[in-house]
Amino acid sequence: MIVIQLSKQLWGAGGPMQLELDLSLTTGQIVAVYGKSGVGKTSLLRMIAGLMQPDRGRIAVNDEVWFDDAQDINLKPQQRQAGFLFQDYALFPHMTVEQNLMFALKRKQDAGIVADLIALTELEELRHRKPATLSGGQQQRVALARALVQQPRLLLLDEPMSALDHAMRRRLQDYLLLMHRRYQPTIVLVTHDLPEILRLADRMLIMDEGRIAGDGTPQEVLTSTGGIGKFQFSGEVVSITREDVVCIVAVLIGKDLVRVVADPAEIIELSPGDRVLVSSKAFNPVITKLNDFRDA
Amino acid sequence: MIDWGPLILTFKLALCVTAILLVIGIPLGYWLAFSQRRIKPVIEALVSMPLVLPPTVIGFYLLVAFSPSNAFGHWMRESLGLQLIFSFEGLVFASVLYSLPFMVHPVQSGFAHLPSSLRESAYVLGKTRWTTLLRVLLPNIKPALLTGAVLSFAHTIGEFGVVLMIGGNIPGETRVASIAIYDEVEALNYGIANAYSLILFALTFLILLTVYLVNGGYVKRMWR
Repeated sequence: MIVIQLSKQLWGAGGPMQLELDLSLTTGQIVAVYGKSGVGKTSLLRMIAGLMQPDRGRIAVNDEVWFDDAQDINLKPQQRQAGFLFQDYALFPHMTVEQNLMFALKRKQDAGIVADLIALTELEELRHRKPATLSGGQQQRVALARALVQQPRLLLLDEPMSALDHAMRRRLQDYLLLMHRRYQPTIVLVTHDLPEILRLADRMLIMDEGRIAGDGTPQEVLTSTGGIGKFQFSGEVVSITREDVVCIVAVLIGKDLVRVVADPAEIIELSPGDRVLVSSKAFNPVITKLNDFRDA
Repeated sequence: MIDWGPLILTFKLALCVTAILLVIGIPLGYWLAFSQRRIKPVIEALVSMPLVLPPTVIGFYLLVAFSPSNAFGHWMRESLGLQLIFSFEGLVFASVLYSLPFMVHPVQSGFAHLPSSLRESAYVLGKTRWTTLLRVLLPNIKPALLTGAVLSFAHTIGEFGVVLMIGGNIPGETRVASIAIYDEVEALNYGIANAYSLILFALTFLILLTVYLVNGGYVKRMWR
């Protein structure tokens, strides 16, 4: 069990913001933290790792107190035994892949883990290369492997996949799941990629303005917002063309271009570049037995 | 025939000063780059003073401070056996002060420009500040260290005012090349003055050229 109670005054883009969190995490789970930029997600990770000091609060990991302002306890990052994967990977540029991992070894720790991790992340071919000669996805794998060398009980990932393309993300998510099965760390993952959350996370937290605005399994959290029984997607208008009596509006939803038929009266206020909501009311009501629905 | 003594003395002085400045400059640059103490601007200003003060001012105050007729200079001589005026040790001390910004500034900006995540990730991996400095930070500011060392070296070769004030013109002890040139010109020995000048001119050019070649990556590219 990991207890996190934090209070900290932060300065965001829109002026001061009070971060107030009270969480308890189940050991071994993957917890995704989701939210817009500047709501305190990275600050949360930095405070857990000891890189930023909370104003008040308490952090206890499996009954070991890492921070407690009442008892005047504030362990240094060196003493906290957390793994941290930085957004920019923070690989040491002057060391090879293998040296980066070796450097992470604890004193007297068996170096066998380095070979294991290199094999697990398929970095054998690249072990003697310097980080600057690697692609983003390869660097990310090295950083992930390095964060796991000490086999931390708590792994903090700060938007680890944000700089990668779709296919690379899938592969890295697979690596992450593989690692998680193997070493069973508790993982706190900051991300704004919903598919990533659905694939990886046991639990999802939505942060807004320094507070928790949603908490539960990803399915619960995602369906409780806007779960009103209709399809709806938000997208951006790419083009509007008139054909006979109707208009065709091309809308970019996610990575897909969708053509929607619209009445000329509907498009009067629309122009390319507008954000729009494309929705469909249920034409075919579905009847489902109620006791199958727990949280309807 | 020219006397090589002043030139040898000049390079001996520059080497000593550069070695001492490396030892002082790294911790000082580290502190200036990362400290958030309120006294930092004061220290920064003090370190930069030699850039703008006339060397004679520094030389004058050192002369006054170290003069054996003063309490401090007297104490230095009696208890430490050090006489810092009109001696080589004094020149080293004064030159270290005078060239301090040339070492500290590159080192400080080298540290400050490293991404903070490098330091933080080493800390999170359980590495002490000392290990992080030695194995992560210093290897990544090698160009800054080289720049600092070479600028200090070259700047020490080029100093005149400070040396004249507290060193004087004692052959083999404080008579460095720049002083010798001044001396020869005063004695109307333009030929010898020219020889010294030409040697300094060529050497300093070569030293600086080497720095720019190395830091610009030209040397590395030639090796490939």
